[in-house]
Amino acid sequence: MTGYFLQAFIYLLAAVVAVPVAKRFGLGSVLGYLIAGLIIGPVLGLVGEETNAIQHFAEFGVVMMLFLVGMELEPKALWHMKLRLLGLGGLQLLLTSAVITGIAMIAGLSWQVALTIGLIFALSSTAIVLQTFQEKGLQQTEGAKGAFSILLFQDIAVIPMLALIPLLALPELASAINETAGQNAGHGDSLVEGLPGWLYGLVIIASIVFVTVGGHYLSRPLFRFVASSGLREIFTATALMLVIGIAALMGLVGLSPALGAFLAGVVLANSEFRHELKANIEPFKGLLLGLFFITVGAGIHFATLFENWVLIISITLGVMVLKALVLFVIALLFDLKGSNRWLLTLSLAQAGEFGFVLISFAAQNNVLATDLIALLQLVVALSMFLTPGLFILFERVIMPRYMHGSGSRQHDTIDDKGSVIIAGIGRFGQIVNRLLVANDFKTVILDIRSEQVDLMRQIGTQAYFGDASKPGMLDTAGIKQASLMVIAIDDRETAVEMVKYVKLAHPELKLLVRAFDRGHSYRLRQAGADYLISETYHSALEMGAQALRSMGVHPFQAERQKHAYRDIEAQQSDVLYEAWKDDASGVRFDNNYRELFMELQQLIDDALKSDLHDNHSKRRGWTPPPKGYAEEQLKNQKD
Amino acid sequence: MSTEASSPSRHILLLFAHPSQARSEVNSVLFNAAKKHTAVTAVDLYAEYPDFNISIEREQQRLLEHDVIIFQFPMYWYSTPALLKEWQDLVLEYGFAYGKGGDALKGKQFLCAVSAGGREEAYQTDGFNHFTLRQLLQPLEQMASITQLTFLAPFALFGSRTAKEEHRITLHSAVWTKLLDSLAQDTLDITKARQLENLTRYFDEQDLHK
Repeated sequence: MTGYFLQAFIYLLAAVVAVPVAKRFGLGSVLGYLIAGLIIGPVLGLVGEETNAIQHFAEFGVVMMLFLVGMELEPKALWHMKLRLLGLGGLQLLLTSAVITGIAMIAGLSWQVALTIGLIFALSSTAIVLQTFQEKGLQQTEGAKGAFSILLFQDIAVIPMLALIPLLALPELASAINETAGQNAGHGDSLVEGLPGWLYGLVIIASIVFVTVGGHYLSRPLFRFVASSGLREIFTATALMLVIGIAALMGLVGLSPALGAFLAGVVLANSEFRHELKANIEPFKGLLLGLFFITVGAGIHFATLFENWVLIISITLGVMVLKALVLFVIALLFDLKGSNRWLLTLSLAQAGEFGFVLISFAAQNNVLATDLIALLQLVVALSMFLTPGLFILFERVIMPRYMHGSGSRQHDTIDDKGSVIIAGIGRFGQIVNRLLVANDFKTVILDIRSEQVDLMRQIGTQAYFGDASKPGMLDTAGIKQASLMVIAIDDRETAVEMVKYVKLAHPELKLLVRAFDRGHSYRLRQAGADYLISETYHSALEMGAQALRSMGVHPFQAERQKHAYRDIEAQQSDVLYEAWKDDASGVRFDNNYRELFMELQQLIDDALKSDLHDNHSKRRGWTPPPKGYAEEQLKNQKD
Repeated sequence: MSTEASSPSRHILLLFAHPSQARSEVNSVLFNAAKKHTAVTAVDLYAEYPDFNISIEREQQRLLEHDVIIFQFPMYWYSTPALLKEWQDLVLEYGFAYGKGGDALKGKQFLCAVSAGGREEAYQTDGFNHFTLRQLLQPLEQMASITQLTFLAPFALFGSRTAKEEHRITLHSAVWTKLLDSLAQDTLDITKARQLENLTRYFDEQDLHK
């Protein structure tokens, strides 16, 4: 037991130290994990043989990643970008893998191996590139949008690739391995072994249908049931159960778990539980992928690198130049101009994390020989190490050239209005939402009451089940891209905590918060809320004005009185807030505050009364000149 | 107040704009008198639109249903109160009141019933205010012209701040009712009513002739 703890501690420590440092130097988290693996593996020798076993476990991170990728792909959105996806992504994958396969065959490899290598190198690093775009604020440029289409296509293409690779297995490798691993193969965790072909096909189709239809119809009642229990950890357990269950099912029928998870993700992309699911799966995915990268780093053969460093470095540079060339041609074809052409070219020139997955998958399926595996892993890793350098090249050398010219960057960002996150879609949040949506602002609605989310969905409002007080939840709701957040939840304490957290983590985000009463509004204000409204204040004022009208006060006079009330309240609220802050350490509403509050009431009373009883009052507005003024005028005229 | 037994042939729309009616000494009297007149639809604009959110649809419908339009208001800085200006800006749309197809108001009569704080002597080219009241109302006269309304002279009370103390309001109100009667029965001499400086004179003269 202690041994496991020790090992886990070493892995975690390496990640905890290396990843933040790598990020600080602008290298991104993927490189951080790789470096961490390098240090605890080949460099310090702290971990060794067990990395292979851990890697198989960590590959489950890839399954989760595909589940999440699937969830990003609403069928509708997918259809919308079909041209870019197929055009940019298809061309890139086709051209790059064809060129690399050709070169590998010229170098004397068999076509199966060459094709596998071509596919491995055709992929780029979604993790590094998307993260870098986000960190550097490039997401909305045309270049980055093109790159995203390509990455997405690649991520989807991985699934057929995973299906294709076993077909490329080399018989001589397979037989060699089967001899050593023969006893393991027989323990049979596959249901379909020994089934006739047609039945096997039927089972596969049935299980895919089960995942799609079940994901659509069964998952909702299940999630609703679990959500209504209000136990957060059970929701997390359900989310994990779902992904693991699908992976297991796919494994049982001999299909790729990644494919099943991806399908389930797409099916759930429209679900109201999407954001909550994402928030729950995301940390597991992140940790497992991190673990995966660490094992890759730990598994790198330094010996191979030192022996063949000339070869490895030249292959790496060759692959990157080739990929960049293909991308440049595609950028030309798709009429990307100026800095965007270069962004697309440089950002995707590396090989990616799915390359590692394919390599290890190909190794398991006896497609690649051991020495080739080590070499390929080094090339993929090295190209990823070099990627931050390419981004720096883009930022320092290429961007400045185009900045003054076309000004295309400003143009690109116009369509990005930023979205609004609305926490709580009760009677209050609904009105706020409707106003925003009617004015074409994108809103992301979160609520922890699944019945309420249901109700909203029935009337055509896109709401999501989710706990907006969870930082992870806010991240998946896109708080980084949001420019505004409206908090209209019923739980007062949670609202205050939320304001504190959001202001700390995203100080630039504007926060509009509904307060329950005066005390609550002070606490929210202290926590840093930008705009506050007490939930009953304005409706009470309206009702008061109506009461005046009903009692025969002229409507315009009632309107004025309402404004007067509001003005004085606003003027005095600062004073009261300061007094409350002084007292807040001790008794909340102590004597000083109480006195000030009474004073406020008196001020309001005085102001409203003066207008009614005195024709020449302190209250201003449409005051005629005094009675003798006309005569004064005439006198002046005569003088 | 109407003494005529016959039902009036024409409908009068009275648009009253007064933001401070609690202080009103002249206009509220006229408005209350008009409210009792069978031919008059009396609209208190500040009561109907205290938040300035004027319903264009409703206001245009009202215009269509009446033959005579009267703006009643106290002069504020030589012009209408803000809400009445807002009413013009919103209701008199292109295609409705003017421009292509905009002849909804064609041939209707239009006049202003105004109270002014200054004495009539102050409203002279050589007086304290440098312009006559009619000159100051020229933007409205031109509004009437472009919307094909027949602009009549303003029905004005000067020195309104002391009218109550000088017991001038009862007479003014009586003349006002007479004006509404003749507008409803279409007995007004339009040529003359267009030329006068102040419509109150119209009846002073007639009364003298009787």
